[in-house]
Amino acid sequence: MLHFIARRLGFVVLMIVLSSMLIFIATQVLPGDVATMMLGRFATDQAKENLREELGLNLPLVAQYTDWLGGFATGDWGDSVSTRAEIRPLVLQRLRNSAMLAAVAFAIFVPVGILLGLVAALRRNSWVDQAISVGSLAFIGLPEFVSAVILISIFSIQLGWLPSQSAIDPKSGLWEAFPSLVLPAVTVALTSLAYIVRMTRSSTVDVLQTDYVRTARLKGLPPSRVVFTHVLRNSLLPTITVIAISIGWLMGGLIVTESVFGYPGLGRLVLFAVQRRDIPLIQVTVMVVVLIYGVSNLIADMLYAVLNPRIRYT
Amino acid sequence: MDGFERDGESSRKGGAADPQDEIMKTAETEDEFASGTPGAHVAQTATHPPAVLPQKMRSLYWHRLKRRPAALVGVIIFCFFLILAMFGPWIAPYEFDVQSAALRLQSPTVQHPFGTDQFGRDILSRVIVGTRNIFLLGGFGTLFAVLIGTPIGLVSGYVGGLVDEVIMRLLDVLLSFPSLLLALVLLSVIGPSNANLVLVVTILYIPMLARVVRSMVLDLKTKEFVEAARVRGERQSYILFREILPNSLPPLLVEASMRFSYSIFMVASLGFLGLGVQPPSPDWGLQINEARNFFSLAPWTLLFPAGTIALLVVATNLMSDGLRQVMLPGVARD
Repeated sequence: MLHFIARRLGFVVLMIVLSSMLIFIATQVLPGDVATMMLGRFATDQAKENLREELGLNLPLVAQYTDWLGGFATGDWGDSVSTRAEIRPLVLQRLRNSAMLAAVAFAIFVPVGILLGLVAALRRNSWVDQAISVGSLAFIGLPEFVSAVILISIFSIQLGWLPSQSAIDPKSGLWEAFPSLVLPAVTVALTSLAYIVRMTRSSTVDVLQTDYVRTARLKGLPPSRVVFTHVLRNSLLPTITVIAISIGWLMGGLIVTESVFGYPGLGRLVLFAVQRRDIPLIQVTVMVVVLIYGVSNLIADMLYAVLNPRIRYT
Repeated sequence: MDGFERDGESSRKGGAADPQDEIMKTAETEDEFASGTPGAHVAQTATHPPAVLPQKMRSLYWHRLKRRPAALVGVIIFCFFLILAMFGPWIAPYEFDVQSAALRLQSPTVQHPFGTDQFGRDILSRVIVGTRNIFLLGGFGTLFAVLIGTPIGLVSGYVGGLVDEVIMRLLDVLLSFPSLLLALVLLSVIGPSNANLVLVVTILYIPMLARVVRSMVLDLKTKEFVEAARVRGERQSYILFREILPNSLPPLLVEASMRFSYSIFMVASLGFLGLGVQPPSPDWGLQINEARNFFSLAPWTLLFPAGTIALLVVATNLMSDGLRQVMLPGVARD
């Protein structure tokens, strides 16, 4: 087990370091001179030179990279060049907001997804199964902005129940922000739901055909007992991995949903940074997302190994 | 006479001969052809594979497809959009960029079935002409990813060892970002243009396609017919491209069709964020983003393009899922 954890951990660390190189190199080859971009075309050469000095742009690339990575690792995330504000408090604030949105979305799609997948598998090939399978297929890959605008048109414009914009107060907690979180969370849930449903359905179908489930049925256990103690325990294994992986996406990949609703999360900060070509901000935000992504993958692997001992030895 | 028929034939008989087996199978699959063969490519591997899909195989696929109404509907709708993409400018009732102050934000009529937008442009025409961009960007992106990812996967899986390890780790780096985020950062670096959009879709999908091919190669290279070719003294390139590649085609095609349906999502989302096709070219995502401002005034400006994207995405999903069930029956879904 320790060996397994060490290997996975090493792998994730390697991925994060390689990703940081990719981010750094990609943002350093941005066409156009950063100093000119920030100061405008009419800045004096002296001013540009001073700025390059300040940003460390005249050092060799490797030195710039190690400086930057060292700074990132020790919590010195620098200043945004477009807002001139410190990056760290901004990113942490957005991270908190993203976590709130992720939590609400999570609370919707995980139980609903597992339930629908289970029902589809138990009523296999019935019309219920067909409806759930085709329905979930329809939502996989449906762009979030399409489902978002449809939800907004129904629930905020026609019915007026929920706000269409979710620009929450930075200090508001989960409870005060809740009404603003519902529509974005449902939008996200609709997209993620399909994966959970399909995963749960296919693994439950597999488990239902195993010998131990047949034995449990033949020895006369009540159907509910068979489902909850024999089937679910085994069929949820792959689903749990999918759920854990989705955390990374929920925290940093919701660029579209957050920008439709104007929700101040991490994804929208990335978009802001990209639109302003704010290189330090792009580097930090993307790096934070990669970290979360890597850690959630690691958690997925761990959970899988804990729940399914066979995997540890392969 | 090739291996498929014999294989399909014997397994069907085998299935019928064993009642116990038959019960298990009826629970497992809906059509008799799939019952004995856990995957078409698995059946193929038993004997010497032909270079292309033979007639028999195609009619088998068609036979299975006919039994899946949802997949069939997907294929039909997809073909409809394909025609729009090819002949859009001739089908569209108006020029997509003709503006008219008198016709601003008109609700749907017989002349303008989808209504008009804030510049008085016909929305139906813009939707029809915009189909081409989605198909071209997503299609070429996926195609190039297949063309580059396939040899990478072949070599990586076949050579193995350190080469395989290094290639796979490098591709994993691309997978360690949420894909839209990576697309966004790459586009901000190279700037949004049609060629760059294709490039970004290609870069994003290479790892996934290479992985599928690699896993097929790992499975196939231990098979007897590959061994036999090696003993016969065939060249490496012959073994790779004439023995292994044709047998990797079904999963590769399924993966490519799934990637294509995701690429619609990707291109439309980037358009929505303003990093896709640049105006005045019609782009579905951008159209929806602009229409948000007029929603309460003119909901049709938003609902028709949104509905069109939804229809195309659902159709492509149904099609690629059908393709998976037809070409790889019995193989677990992701």
